[in-house]
Amino acid sequence: MTGILADTYSVLWSDLRFLWRNWRRILITSLISPVLYLAAFGWGLGRNITVEGSSYLEFVIPGIIALTAMNSSFNGAGMKLNVDRLFYKCFDECLMSPIRPVSLILGKALAGMLRGLISSLAFLIIGFIIASSMTVNALFALALILTCLTFAFLGVLAALLARSHQDMATFSTLVMLPMTFLGGTFFSLGQLPPFLKIIISFIPLTHSSQCLRAAALGQPFPWLSLLAVTVFGLAFFAGCMLAVRRSSL
Amino acid sequence: MIVLENLTKVYGAVRAVDSLGLEIRSGEVFGLLGPNGAGKTTTLRILTTLTRPTSGRALINGLDVVKEPLEVKKTIGVVQQNMSLDKDLTVSENMEAHARLHHLEPSRRKRRIAELLDYVGIESESRRMVAELSGGTKRRLMIARALVHNPRLLVMDEPTVGLDARTRRRLWELIRRMNSSGATILLTTHYIEEAEALCGRVGIMHQGRLIALDAPVQLRRRLGLVTVETLANNNHTRYRYFADRTAAADYTGGLPPDVRVVAVRESSLEDVFLEMTGRKVGEE
Repeated sequence: MTGILADTYSVLWSDLRFLWRNWRRILITSLISPVLYLAAFGWGLGRNITVEGSSYLEFVIPGIIALTAMNSSFNGAGMKLNVDRLFYKCFDECLMSPIRPVSLILGKALAGMLRGLISSLAFLIIGFIIASSMTVNALFALALILTCLTFAFLGVLAALLARSHQDMATFSTLVMLPMTFLGGTFFSLGQLPPFLKIIISFIPLTHSSQCLRAAALGQPFPWLSLLAVTVFGLAFFAGCMLAVRRSSL
Repeated sequence: MIVLENLTKVYGAVRAVDSLGLEIRSGEVFGLLGPNGAGKTTTLRILTTLTRPTSGRALINGLDVVKEPLEVKKTIGVVQQNMSLDKDLTVSENMEAHARLHHLEPSRRKRRIAELLDYVGIESESRRMVAELSGGTKRRLMIARALVHNPRLLVMDEPTVGLDARTRRRLWELIRRMNSSGATILLTTHYIEEAEALCGRVGIMHQGRLIALDAPVQLRRRLGLVTVETLANNNHTRYRYFADRTAAADYTGGLPPDVRVVAVRESSLEDVFLEMTGRKVGEE
């Protein structure tokens, strides 16, 4: 176990150096989308709307935090790995080193998770300034960490399966973009017809939004959704393991 | 050091490596030559654990690369054809990342990195970002990085590709030095003079198979040490090979007047290669 953790840190180390050197740029670029969503949907459209007993602004902020966590973790893990693997070929150096596949996956995913956490926490601060009635508790933190880790695994998986940079862009358009708008970020699932609710429950972001919203607004916590996020995370991790074993011996 | 037995790799309908058998001795500088698509890089990818063979065995120091990949990885250093450096890190950070991946103890890391950067002559660049380095410096860094964990075998895929003649010569010097300090070196190259200058033995691959294996001078001797190039009226250049200059002179003296002698020169490994594969090195 100690060996796996030490190896994981060895893989993570270079990403930490990159993060340390570029944190300002990463932070600013990762905040642009959520702030635009907040301006357009929170202030622009939803100023006078009430959803599930809260103002729309209070309703939408935890959803945007989930969205930020998803995008930053996915891109933080996936985009760099994709470039390192296909363009610079420096991921081969990791594959040719005596590091176990599990540590390779964890190291790359933790880098994405860290970037997701940094961006989400920065947006959380903005959220607090706007909607000070939100609460952050242990369940909120747990749901946020699990969300970041799950989507970081998805980023690693997409990067390991991609055969070109175009594949990664296609994945973002076909999977991440629909998830952005259908994952319960901007609307309440209570307003949807039952069949659509079933479809949307297969989107991991839906469950992340549910968990973060419930924890932030003091609503009953959706444990099943937390379980769903965990199951998605484990499935993505298993996919990563298969993909990395396919990439090397 | 390296034993390949009936090694085969099939991609769909293509046999990239076809029943390859080869033994490379400890302490050798061995060159693998062949036109593009001959199977050199696939062979190296199998040896460096990046590709699983379809059948056959590859052993390094008695370790099967498929059955014991982690142990194999500890004993090999790899210099890839691509500049596979992390452009977002400095020179010494690239070294440190590699040292960490190869479990070098923290107490030894700094000293080893400084030693190796000094060894390849880029110690003054240690704080520079990789993206700012010249091609030659990047290649030296890749060599230094491959040596961090003191590997017994160094695998180099086109180590001097894209470098100017002067930098290439300096890297040859470095490769010779590494070999004299005990490292076994397996390299592929498109530069035939590089193989002649560095390799004790070369293997020529063509369509996935090993079609020749010997010391460069022996391969040349087998072909004929003297080459005569002639140009006939149809503008077609022909090459004929002779054991010595006397035999070559006898041949040129008897040529009809419409055939012009372009050159009488020493045969090169390139001639051997051309005769065996029908193509020049690096040709598609």
